[in-house]
Amino acid sequence: MSTLTLAARPAPMMRRKRQKSSLPGLPLALGITITWLSLIVLVPLSAIFVKSGSEGWQAFWNAALSDRALAAYRLSFGSALLAAIINAVFGLVVAWVLVRYAFPGKRLLSALVDLPFALPTAVAGIALTAIYAPNGMIGSYLANSGIAVAYRPAGVVVALVFIGLPFVVRTVEPVLAQVSREMEEAAVTLGATRLQTFLWVVLPTIFPALATGFALAFARGAGEYGSVIFIAGNMPYVSEIAPLLIVTQLEEYDYAGATAIGVVMLIVSFAMLFLINALQVWQRRRVA
Amino acid sequence: MSRSNPLQESRTARLGLVLLALAYVGLVLLIPLGAVFAEAFAEGIGAWYAAITEPDALSAIRLTLLVAAIAVPLNLVFGIAAAWAIAKHDFRGKAFLTTLIDLPFSVSPVVAGLIFILLFGGQGWFGPLLQDSGLQIIFALPGMVLATIFVTFPFIAREVIPLMEEQGKSDEEAALTLGASGWQLLWHVTLPNVRWGLLYGVLLANARAMGEFGAVSVVSGHIRGETNTMPLQVEVLYNEYNFVAAFAVASLLALLALVTLALKSYLEWRHRDVLAARGH
Repeated sequence: MSTLTLAARPAPMMRRKRQKSSLPGLPLALGITITWLSLIVLVPLSAIFVKSGSEGWQAFWNAALSDRALAAYRLSFGSALLAAIINAVFGLVVAWVLVRYAFPGKRLLSALVDLPFALPTAVAGIALTAIYAPNGMIGSYLANSGIAVAYRPAGVVVALVFIGLPFVVRTVEPVLAQVSREMEEAAVTLGATRLQTFLWVVLPTIFPALATGFALAFARGAGEYGSVIFIAGNMPYVSEIAPLLIVTQLEEYDYAGATAIGVVMLIVSFAMLFLINALQVWQRRRVA
Repeated sequence: MSRSNPLQESRTARLGLVLLALAYVGLVLLIPLGAVFAEAFAEGIGAWYAAITEPDALSAIRLTLLVAAIAVPLNLVFGIAAAWAIAKHDFRGKAFLTTLIDLPFSVSPVVAGLIFILLFGGQGWFGPLLQDSGLQIIFALPGMVLATIFVTFPFIAREVIPLMEEQGKSDEEAALTLGASGWQLLWHVTLPNVRWGLLYGVLLANARAMGEFGAVSVVSGHIRGETNTMPLQVEVLYNEYNFVAAFAVASLLALLALVTLALKSYLEWRHRDVLAARGH
């Protein structure tokens, strides 16, 4: 079962010939779905685009691309990228170990991987801050060697590593479990070492899934707010993430400014969603 | 047999990888979880108990439960309707609809809050209308419920859709031949078949609903004792340097997360059994 994740998209049955279903209830079910989707998601999301258009292009660009906003995008997207790279490497190790090996504590490890899905972000935020603060459990060690994490941009990366891990593990895991051992046997027969087999046979097969997990972790990290604001320090131009800048501008009643940054974030979200869809189509072809 | 299996890594490599995975998960996930409880009980169980039974904390707990109790059932109904339409029927634009349902996953929680402010806030589309009728949505319960529904929107649908697709339509078609009505099909055939998936989706949606911070924070207005949910109360206490109380409330949320994970693991284990018994 791979449905247990937020990451694995249900495979739509689209390439089949369309035929009228024998079961009743489509108009009602579809009616409820589309009404609810429109009321909760589509109409509210369109509000932000209409609002951003109502201020005029010039005002929009000035707000969306102000120096402070640009610094915030750099921090949000840059730390999301770095955190996603770290998680892609170690998440692959965790997924590999969960799929291929038997060892004591495996069930517990597997359950623990989902913690970021279940633990409220604010809780993660204050816990990470307590650990990495200069007097914290890990922070005090780091402080001795002159490294500061909390209240610095590095703190943002620490929070996003926490948030992103399950996306990589849960996307790679089901695909890794499907990789046929026969391919690996063939490689070994042809004289490949274990490392060569992994690099040239296994890795290319699971690469789209790894990229999907990476993209999901990145997308989530770029928009993340709760876990970051406690540990980041929130200095404008230095350690202020884009979602926080939206909140700050809302508190100053600068709705146009908040909307402009919100639109930029949304466009990136849509692009990521599109990319993730494409990656998943790629993965299905590769495994099939 | 001392010869190494060419399809298996060496013992040392295996041990190294397992230790690396355990160390990484320990560092990234387990230490923060432990820190929540360590800080919550730093001044003893008395201080912890006092912090979670304080009136503002109690009202935050009540509000959190109320928001989840409204948002989760609404998304449950939606999830079942969406799954019935998508998994049991074919229609034009189905793939696109599935993508739209996933949309809230990729939207920043802060943006999710912002859109409802733009709709229902003082300067929003419906702002003047609401003011005339004396209804308050933003900085009040309805806005917090709306933001929570938005962020938990895809959870149940996307757990149930693949499960319903996997099970096909033969059970329903058989019941239909025996004269069952549409509602009887749903109630007696389809829903019992996907009950684990439903429960699973509800579990995840509930955890997110109770723990949502960004979206709810934007629309709540942070009125103490009135519009503070537990995560918001954690922030308020933390910003007042009342760390023990902040971590005490946080420990309740962490407990909720642990219960969610335990139930989730149990369901996965249970579900695997059910699938195996059916010969899948």
